[in-house]
Formats: sequence, C-alpha cells, structure tokens
Amino acid sequence: MAESRERKKVEPWRDPHAKPYLQIDNVTKKFGDFVAVNNVSLKIHRGEIFCLLGGSGCGKSTLLRMLAGFEKPTSGAIFLDGQDMAQMPPYQRPVNMMFQSYALFPHMTVERNVAFGLEQERLPRGEIADRVAEILGIVKLGEYAKRKPHQLSGGQRQRVALARSLVKRPKMLLLDEPLGALDRKLREHTQFELINIQEQLGVTFIVVTHDQEEAMTLATRIGVMNRGEIVQIGTPTEIYEFPTSRFVADFIGSVNMFEGRLIEDLPDRVRIRSDELGGVVYVDHGISAAPGAAVWAAIRPEKIAITRQPPARAAENCVHGVVTEIAYMGDLSVYLVKLDTGRIVRVTLPNIERLSDDERIQWDEAVYLSWHESSPVVVTQ
Amino acid sequence: MKKYLTLPNVVLALGLLFLYAPIVSMIIYSFNNSRLVTVWDAANSPTVKWYGALFRDRQVMQAAWVSIRVATMAASAAAVLGTLAGLVLARFGPFRGRALLQGLTTAPLVMPEVITGLSMLLLFVSMEQLLRVLFGIQFDRGMTTITLAHITFTMSYVTVIVQSRLAGFDDSLEEAAQDLGARPARVFFRITLPLILPAILSGWLLAFTLSWDDVVVTQFVAGPGSNTLPMVVYSRVRLGVNPSINALATLMVLIVATGVVISAILMKRAEKRREREMRMAEAGLNQP
Amino acid sequence: MAASSTASRSSLRSGRIGPLWELFFRYGPPRWSEYIRRNWAGQRLVIAVPYLWLTLFFLVPFLIVLKISFAEFAPFGRPPYEPILRWMQDGALQLRLLFGSYSYLLHEPLYISGWLYSLKIAAISTLLCLLLAYPMAYAIARASPTGRNVLLMLVILPFWTSFLLRVYAWIGLLKTDGVINNVLTSLGIIHEPLEMMNTTFAVYVGIVYSYLPFMVLPLYSNLEKHDLTLLEAASDLGAGPVRSFFRITLPLSVPGIVAGSLLVFIPAVGEYVIPSLLGSSDQLMIASLLSDEFFHNRDWPRASAVAIAMLVVLLVPIMIFQYFQNRELRAQRR
Repeated sequence: MAESRERKKVEPWRDPHAKPYLQIDNVTKKFGDFVAVNNVSLKIHRGEIFCLLGGSGCGKSTLLRMLAGFEKPTSGAIFLDGQDMAQMPPYQRPVNMMFQSYALFPHMTVERNVAFGLEQERLPRGEIADRVAEILGIVKLGEYAKRKPHQLSGGQRQRVALARSLVKRPKMLLLDEPLGALDRKLREHTQFELINIQEQLGVTFIVVTHDQEEAMTLATRIGVMNRGEIVQIGTPTEIYEFPTSRFVADFIGSVNMFEGRLIEDLPDRVRIRSDELGGVVYVDHGISAAPGAAVWAAIRPEKIAITRQPPARAAENCVHGVVTEIAYMGDLSVYLVKLDTGRIVRVTLPNIERLSDDERIQWDEAVYLSWHESSPVVVTQ
Repeated sequence: MKKYLTLPNVVLALGLLFLYAPIVSMIIYSFNNSRLVTVWDAANSPTVKWYGALFRDRQVMQAAWVSIRVATMAASAAAVLGTLAGLVLARFGPFRGRALLQGLTTAPLVMPEVITGLSMLLLFVSMEQLLRVLFGIQFDRGMTTITLAHITFTMSYVTVIVQSRLAGFDDSLEEAAQDLGARPARVFFRITLPLILPAILSGWLLAFTLSWDDVVVTQFVAGPGSNTLPMVVYSRVRLGVNPSINALATLMVLIVATGVVISAILMKRAEKRREREMRMAEAGLNQP
Repeated sequence: MAASSTASRSSLRSGRIGPLWELFFRYGPPRWSEYIRRNWAGQRLVIAVPYLWLTLFFLVPFLIVLKISFAEFAPFGRPPYEPILRWMQDGALQLRLLFGSYSYLLHEPLYISGWLYSLKIAAISTLLCLLLAYPMAYAIARASPTGRNVLLMLVILPFWTSFLLRVYAWIGLLKTDGVINNVLTSLGIIHEPLEMMNTTFAVYVGIVYSYLPFMVLPLYSNLEKHDLTLLEAASDLGAGPVRSFFRITLPLSVPGIVAGSLLVFIPAVGEYVIPSLLGSSDQLMIASLLSDEFFHNRDWPRASAVAIAMLVVLLVPIMIFQYFQNRELRAQRR
C-alpha cells in the first residue's frame, strides 16, 4: 500500500451541531425485578466504531440485543437515522448483527449463507450473485464459496459471518465479541482487517466486548459499562489516560490507586497527601472536587520510574520501597515493589536494552519510585 | 481378554441373549415343516411352505393393507402435529396454558393403553350420538377412528424427539436469520426445519412402528369390518402357536434389521466424512 | 481470484445451485405470513393446532369417561348406560350421579385382589428389569464409542420389531412342549416338563422382556454423561471400585433410575396383552378386568370407573415422571 491510510481525525462527537446517527434515549430493560440496563443514553455518529466495554453481567449484550430487536426496552426510545426503532421486529430493521458464535447455517454453503439476507429482500438473482461475489472478495474468501461451514477453519467462519452481515449494506452493524473465539495471532491480524473493511465500506460499527485490548484497538470511542449503566464514554486515549472513576481506571489496564486527602486545591495544581503511599502526590492540573472530599490518585505502572538513587526532587511524587517480585515478560518486565507503608505497587519497565546482571534491578533491592507530575489522574468516585 | 469379563459385561451378554433368544427361535421354527411349531420335523425341514401360506392368507393380507394405510397416515399426521408441539414447547416463550400443553404431550407416553383406548372409544360414541342428533348423519367406526386414535398417542413421541433436538442447539441460528430479514415463518421453513428433519424422520418412523404394532387401543376403537394386522395376529395367537405367524415375524425382523443396519452404516459414513472435513479445515489443509 | 468469483457468480445466477424446490422455498408457503400483520398472531395459530387436537382427542375423552363412570348401567340400552343429565316433566334439569360403580370397585374382592396383583406384578417387574438393565447400560456406557453404537443398536433393534410378535415368541419358548422344556429335557436337566405357560412367572418374563429397552435407554443416557474423572478422583483419594460405585456412580444415576422405573412401572400396571397371552386366567390384572367389564358385561359405567380409578392410582407416578421429563429437557437447553 503506497499511500498511507491515515485514520481519519474526524471526531463528529465533538461537534455540538452534528446529528447523531444512533440515538439511545433513557433506555431501561428489566427482567422481572432484575434491572439489566439502567437508563442508558447514548449518541453514536455515522462511521464510528463504538465499543461497549464491560465485564459479564454489565448489560452490554442486552443493550446490543435491544438494538438488534431481539429484546424490547422496558422504557426509553431508540432512534436510528431519525427513525424510531423500538417497536420494529429484527427482520425489518436496517441493522445487522454478527453473532458471537457466528451462527452460520450449517446446511448451506458459504455462498448461500451470504446470499440469504439478500434473498429476503427479493432482489434479482443476478444482482445477488454479484454482491455476494463482491463481498466474498473483500473478506478474501472468494475461493471458498462452495464450502459448507464445517469445512472451514475458525477464522474463515468468522469472515463468512462478517460477509453475511455486511452484504446487505446495513446502516449499522452490531458485533458481539467478534474476536473472542480466535487465537492471539489471528486476533491481532483480524482486528486491523476489521478496521480496514469498516473504513472501506463506511458502515457504523457497534462492538460489544469484555476484552480491553480489542476495544482499545478497534474503537473510535469506547463506552464503559458497569451494572447496567454507562460509566464513561471517550476515545481510547481518554479512557486510558483520563478515567473519571476508580472503576474505569481499574478496569482498563492496570493501575495503582492511592487514597488520600486534598491538601492543596488550586485551579492549576493539586496536592494530595496519601498515607497509603507514605507521601505527597503533586498533580499539575486542577480538578473539581468538594473541599475535604476523599480522592484517589491513580498512577499507571508504565509511568513510574525505578531508580536506585533518589531523584532530584524527592519531596513529592516519590516513594521508597523494596522489590519483592519481578516477572520477565519478554518485551517488558513487571516489578512489584513493597513500599515502606506496606502497600504493593506495580511498575512496568520496557526492556529497552540488554543490561548486565549488575545493572538490572534485582529482588530485595531498595529502590525509589518516582513519576512525572502530569502522570497521576485524580478521581473522585 | 480377561478385562472384558467384568460383571456388567457378562450381564450385558446374558441380557442380549435374553433379548434375541425368542426372536431367533421364532425364525428357526418358521422353517419347520411340522405344524406343531416347537417340534422340529427334521425329515422335512427346512421348508418355506409357511411363507407361501402366509401370502395366500386373504385375511392377513387385507389386514396388513389396512395397517399399512393407517400407520402411514397416522405417522404423517403425528409427525406434523408432534413437530408443531415440539417447536412450541422448545422455542416459544411462556404463554398461558403452557404447562397444560406440556402435560398433555407427555402423558400419553406412559398412559396405559386400556385407558387411552376406552376413553377414545367413548369419545367416538359421544361424537356419533352428537352427529346423529344434530345433523342426522350416521357415522361408523372404522379406519378413520383407528387413525385418529393412533395419531393422538403417537404424536407425543414425535414431540419429545423434536423438543429434545431443538433444546440441543440454541436459537442463535434462528435469530441470525431473523436479523437478516427473514420473517418467523420463513425462518422455520428455511433454517429450523432442515436442521430438525432427521429428528422428524425418526419420529415418523417411531410413530409408524407404534401404530403398525398397536393392539389394545385399536381393539377398542375399531369397527366391524376394519381389521388391522395386529388384531388378526392377536386373535390367532390366543388360540396357540401358529407357524405362519412365525413366518410373518421373520419377515418383519428381516425388514427392520435391514433398515436399521443400512441407516446405521449411512450415518456412520456421513459422520466420518464430516469429521475428516472439519479436521482438514482446522489444519489449514483445505486450500482449494 | 477474479476467475473463481466469476465462476461462483455464474453458478448462482444460472440456478445450478439448488434443485427446483429451492425456488419453491423462496417464493412458496410463507406467503400467507406476509398477510398476518402481527408476528404473534401466527404464533397463536401454531400453538392452537396441537393444543386443540390434544384437548379434543385426549383431554375431553377423559372427561367423558369420568361422566359415564357416574352413570347407571342400562343392560339393554345402546349405549348401555342412562344419561346423567335429564329433563324432567316439570322442566327441571336432573343430574344423577351414581357412586355405585366406585363402591363396587372398592369392595368387590375380585377387584381388590386385581389391584393388588397388578401393583405387585408391576413393582416386581420394574425391580427385575432394573436389576437386569443397570449392568447392561453400565457396560454399554463404558464401551468404546464404536462399540457403544453397535450395542445400542442391538438393544433397540428388537424394540422396532413387533411387540405382539415378540410376546408370541415366548409362548413358543415357555410352552410345555416348547423350546426351553425340549432343550432342558434333552440335556437331562429335568425329567418332567416345567409348567411355565399361563403362570405369573411367564408374565414377569414377558414384561421384563418387553420393557427392557425402556429401562436401558434412560439409564444409559444418564450413565453416559458421567464424568469419569470423578471416579479417578475417588480412587486417588483411596476408594476402591465397589465403594466408588455405591458412593458416586449410583447416586448420580438416580434420575436415570427414576425415569426408567416410571417408564416401566406405569404402563406395566395397565398391561393387557402380556397377561392375556402368557398369564393365567385365575388371577386377572386390572386391565383385563376393565376389558371384561367393557366387552363381556357391557357395563360401561363400571369399566369407566375402573379406568378413572387406575388414573387416580397412577396420577402421582405420572406427575413424578412429568417432573423428571421437564427437568431433563430444561437441563439440555443451553
């Protein structure tokens, strides 16, 4: 590919005048007394890959099924391209779904599977054949058209499922854990393929997953869900670097969380005293919090430096501890450091260069942990 | 060899012996020349004269013809009704009266035949009375009533088989079809039905066998002049053993055994082929 | 790739994909569903068809039997009972319910012994069947996959041949001059032929023989699902094979035992053909009594009462059976 394909930097959600393509208004779903989805509102724009990320039982699959039409919301409305969809049965919606288990029809060939949706639209034979061939070419399965699902490998089946759901050119595609069944290498490869196909066809994707890596790679925006509610919406960077709650900070990647009290609260800087940490955290941006509220300082493991000697300004953003565990992962090493307060901190260091045994930090060494003042994120809930 | 001599295996062998001894003895004595079925007339046996007698027996042949027709119609209707009931119970959500339907479909499985027979006869008698009083038509019991009765108690078996098959795979296939634009009826005919067809077929076969073989219910609901094969056989064997019955039995065993063996071989072959294809696909050897 | 996609395109286009019935399915039957506006109206129809059939041909007949059991026997009537609802001359509607049939059943020694005899036969037959079928099912479940299929086929094969004919086969074996007696006499084991026909013993043999597959299959179905690593764990913890069986395998196979036992016991209570062909005429089972009342005495009310009484007696086992059926089906979902 000679021309580099840059991820378009268009961010329609930042434009207050942009009309959302999918609008979910105060949707709630109850099963008896159990509230699966609690008053969720979302605005999703055309061409986005929006990921609903959460653990099991958080309601993301229920929300997806309501978008597909397999569940009816207990209350609330769903508008797609201006049209109210709540009462529409699934076979009338301009929305298609890619199932977690792929749900390929075992008694039909790949061709017939993909053609099925078009046949329901009563298109002429020739057009169906053309479109089927076209989509199979896009997912690179042209030669497997005559096979049946059991004659395909897992990755091939996934592409058939994708082709089948895209051939109808839906307004929106729902993907339920699309990469869950694939092994690691295939997953990486498929992640980028999915993005390419989406950009090529311009379809809006909504992906449901519990895998953060999947969400971070695929999504233009992520909606983190917990217990039926959306707790934060943002780009992958925003979610990772600027979580707005302990839950999100802890859910995405690993994080070191320290509880503390605000001792200085100014518009452009904040100081937090944490007994857990045994020191003061100085943050170079302001936060909004009630005076005297308990806050948490979240610092990501990769943003902490380990040194044998104390750094220049050791009064704040620096603590002392002993290395208790080291895990060598190949590309990086994970250090567990026990602070003087007893608290264990997780630090990751990339293995940038090959160091000799003396140079490398060893078990039971006394070390200093320090971080830049812009690294901590302060959360108040 | 020693390890095969466990208690369960020995009992299994004895059990199979127990199952097949009567059948084998029946087959052997069907070739016996003597009318006294169990006294082997070594001088003149084996002979096929009883088979000839069987085919010349007008009563048996007519009854067999009636039985075939009743069994075919009953099995076909039971297959349709049983599939509908199985579909409803396995796929439809809760609805009022669901428990009753479940009960009504499984009760005939264990209900003693005399009760079923008696109740259906009384139903037909009441219906006869009703039709006579209201419309003046005379309605006689015969093949129709036998077929209706057979449908009723065989459809439960089809329901259980279909319901069990449907419970075995989740409805994501049907949801996928709906998602792609197919309405529920279309989903059933294009997706569900092809997948449960083997189950429906075995249900049909089971219903056919049960109907073909039924004595008690048929005795209650049959009318004068409509004789099924089991009825004829039953009235004869009450009088004692009868060599042409042995011949009939042998023929039936032969037909059934051939059918079962053929279907088992076909299924085995199809399964082997399928497994091979799946393994090749996963290993990436399936380049076209 | 261009060539092959043209190939697939042309085969779809030319219709070589499927036979004529593919076209039929595409434009065929579900047309009517297009005209049914609401999806669930069609659902109601699908529910209604089997429901109505079963209600009319299964439920209603029982109600009729119940009604007639309260009627008065009319020996020369066609049908042989008095209607229970009657218009009197003064315009009133009279309902006559006679409990005579029922009290007869509860007091007549013939019936009481018939009840007890039937229950006894059914219970013992079930037990014998269980004792024979359990090891068989166990052996099949532990066999190799190919062996399993073959053995299952061997067990089921007799079931597909005529039940009536197989019972008849036993006549030939059990007769005084039958095969068994001939073999035993010629081997010198006995000198007098054994009296086996027309005895309770013959009925046991007949029932166990005919219902064996019904006991083997649920047991096998249960035993096959057992996790063998449980037994390995037990052995690792010090339990010998016998103890493992009684503490682990047996308790886990209880649902299979219950299902199989009910599948044998309930119909065995009402068994008619086997006692009539193989049993003695001195002691009748309840189904034969019913048949006699109905066909010989033409006493329909009394026969109906017998049927209702049988239902009442069997109601609890039937409900237990239904409960286990439902549990099994629900366990299979997802």
